[in-house]
Amino acid sequence: MLQLSPAPHITSPKNIKKIMYGVVGALIPVLMGSIYFFGWRALFLCSLSVLSAIFTEWIFQRVTNRDIRCLDGSAIITGILVAFNIPVNSPWWLPVVGSFFAVFIVKQLFGGLGYNIFNPALAGRAFLVASWPSLMTGNWTPPINGTLSGIPVLDGMTQATPLSLLIMKPNLNVIQSLNSPTMIKTLFIGNTGGCIGETSALLLLIGALFLFIMGYADWRISLSYIGSIFVITGIFYFLGVTPVNPVFHIFSGGVMLGGLFMATDMVTSPVTLKGRWIFGICGGILCVILRLWAGYPEGVSYSILIMNMFVPLLDRLQVRIFGR
Amino acid sequence: MQLLTFKGGVHPKYRKELAKDSPIKKIEPPEFIYLPLTQHTGIPSKPIIEKKDEVEVGMKIAESNGKLSVPLHSSVAGVYMGLVNWPHPLGGRKEAMKIKLDPQRTFEWKEEERDVDLFSEDQIIEIVKEAGIVGMGGAAFPTYFKMKVPPDKKIKDLIINGAECEPYLTADHRLILERAEDIFKGVEILKRVLNPERVWIAIEDNKMDAIDRIKEFSSSYPWANITIHETKYPQGSEKQLIQSITGKEVPEGGLPFDVGAYVQNVGTVIAIYEAVCYSKPLYERVVTVTGPVRDPSNFLVPIGTPFEYLIEASGGVFGGTMQIINGGPMMGIAQVYPEVPVIKGTTGILVQNEKETLEREVSPCIRCASCVDVCPMYLMPTEIYKFIELEDFEKAKELGVLSCMECGGCGYVCPSYIPLPQHFKYAKAELMKEKK
Ligand code: SF4
Ligand code: SF4
Repeated sequence: MLQLSPAPHITSPKNIKKIMYGVVGALIPVLMGSIYFFGWRALFLCSLSVLSAIFTEWIFQRVTNRDIRCLDGSAIITGILVAFNIPVNSPWWLPVVGSFFAVFIVKQLFGGLGYNIFNPALAGRAFLVASWPSLMTGNWTPPINGTLSGIPVLDGMTQATPLSLLIMKPNLNVIQSLNSPTMIKTLFIGNTGGCIGETSALLLLIGALFLFIMGYADWRISLSYIGSIFVITGIFYFLGVTPVNPVFHIFSGGVMLGGLFMATDMVTSPVTLKGRWIFGICGGILCVILRLWAGYPEGVSYSILIMNMFVPLLDRLQVRIFGR
Repeated sequence: MQLLTFKGGVHPKYRKELAKDSPIKKIEPPEFIYLPLTQHTGIPSKPIIEKKDEVEVGMKIAESNGKLSVPLHSSVAGVYMGLVNWPHPLGGRKEAMKIKLDPQRTFEWKEEERDVDLFSEDQIIEIVKEAGIVGMGGAAFPTYFKMKVPPDKKIKDLIINGAECEPYLTADHRLILERAEDIFKGVEILKRVLNPERVWIAIEDNKMDAIDRIKEFSSSYPWANITIHETKYPQGSEKQLIQSITGKEVPEGGLPFDVGAYVQNVGTVIAIYEAVCYSKPLYERVVTVTGPVRDPSNFLVPIGTPFEYLIEASGGVFGGTMQIINGGPMMGIAQVYPEVPVIKGTTGILVQNEKETLEREVSPCIRCASCVDVCPMYLMPTEIYKFIELEDFEKAKELGVLSCMECGGCGYVCPSYIPLPQHFKYAKAELMKEKK
């Protein structure tokens, strides 16, 4: 009996599983870094988060009689990213609830893989911040071999990460330390306070580089998002609007995690090159506005979530058809 | 070396090494030949002989039946057995003329060479029509019709298509190597009719030996320019070839002559040469039989030869036949019946065994945009596909689905294994229906 499949009869080596597990793989060094900085609890929370994400997806697909595809890798990514977005000090149920919300409400209720408008992990984080603000933004612990703020003298005097120091109207001394090369180095390595997976710019960049090379994420989005934050905060730094330099801005908080791993989520970013540049640049602008004027230390998640909403519109920016 | 190229496209595994070194071999005709009346784009030919009539090789057995139609010639000497409802390589069953071979009457086409200068341009076009010549690169559009360029359109660039971008296939490659001079002679005829300003011979850079072969003739035919193209699929598509060489885009819904270009495949050029200089009609063609067969080959076969006969002739399949494809892996059509015959547009027969046949589990679109990046017509396959799923064909049309040439690039890269080109084919058919 001859088989009859539609053309093309060959396919490229890329497939969903490879892409999804490629992203998981790119997140592993970051996870190992966070275990090194914050201890085994980072792994514990991350595992719970992943299990919750997979389990939620499985239950949903079971109950609604859909194909069971909870192990296609996408739920694992969501689980890891939710955990990466909470402090290591959080109670065990926080990532569980976050992943449940991300997968159930944000992903599956919108139609499952490929149909969600918002990045599930980011929306999960936004939900947790809204529901348990103190747990999410005031519950920091210093890394094992470092200080919470990254500034030695300040330790014990304040309950703040480098980024949250900023909105506390810091004095000149503090600002000087925030702008110092030691500070930048600490932020780059990741030995400072913050969410589980956001502190190490270095490890995030290594993971992202792998994704770019494999074509599992588009560098244009990351470059335009992080680049526009850098440029705008740079201008504001010289104008005196923000006291800290642009390098501090892109290495602190969630800019790297968001710009490299969340904004580049294929499902929730535009499909055209033009759309992606606009997406990244506008996201970066929004992030700076939120950081400097919204009263929260962080602006990354909301900036990307807002841009997610504009993706259908950006996709309407018709590329010119051949010969039209 | 400057490589010409176009925007978009994919780099599949070409696997041309399987058959590229196998010289063109004339095959003994099988006992029965099936000649579908639908050999070309346009109106099917009309039989002009009766059952039990004796036929000769090259004898006209069906005539052109309207504006876009060409005659059909017998490819063997034997007896006409009448019309049968027979599997067609483009799908379904269609009327075909069945001929029983008479093995006693073996045959070689021998005619005196004719001087091309004796014929006017119109006579040449008429000869091409009477010889039943259609585009042999796969599209099978009647060549005489294409040669009749409207008087208000001036052909500036005559492009000879030797790109052969479809993976696995090597028929054109062999033709260039073995019959380069005939190609030049055929182009001279086309030049007479079209009077172009420039002539280009386009070959991809994975066929350097073919390029060298063509270059050997550059002093005898100084008007020919050889262009070397990046090996990228679908480089050999008419519009992409024109874009690579002239930088011009054929307007949406337009034809190559709208940008002053005319593209003809090397195989067709040889057929034109043989028809005009040797009054030989198109009754045989080169077909690559490849894939997991013992001897991947390039056969010169009588049109109408069943696929299974050719697969047999190339040593049979190892690993269990799963799929028999008319054409190459990117655009080819999987066949239901192995007895389906070669038609004028059959460039190759690709066999896939159990291991190679894709077991595709289709997943939802993850909006990876790979399809958008590779579409050489700059379409957004993912978006169009979503509207087709909703049966919104008007929206699909607005997004340019009619420009889709079903090259298969998007389906090749899709990590979710969505058979995008199939959806576009369907939408185009639906839009055609609406128009009627
Ligand atoms: S949409 Fe059509 S033209 Fe574009 S890549 Fe797909 S099959 Fe080819
Ligand atoms: S290649 Fe497939 S999965 Fe990717 S955007 Fe296109 S249709 Fe969607």
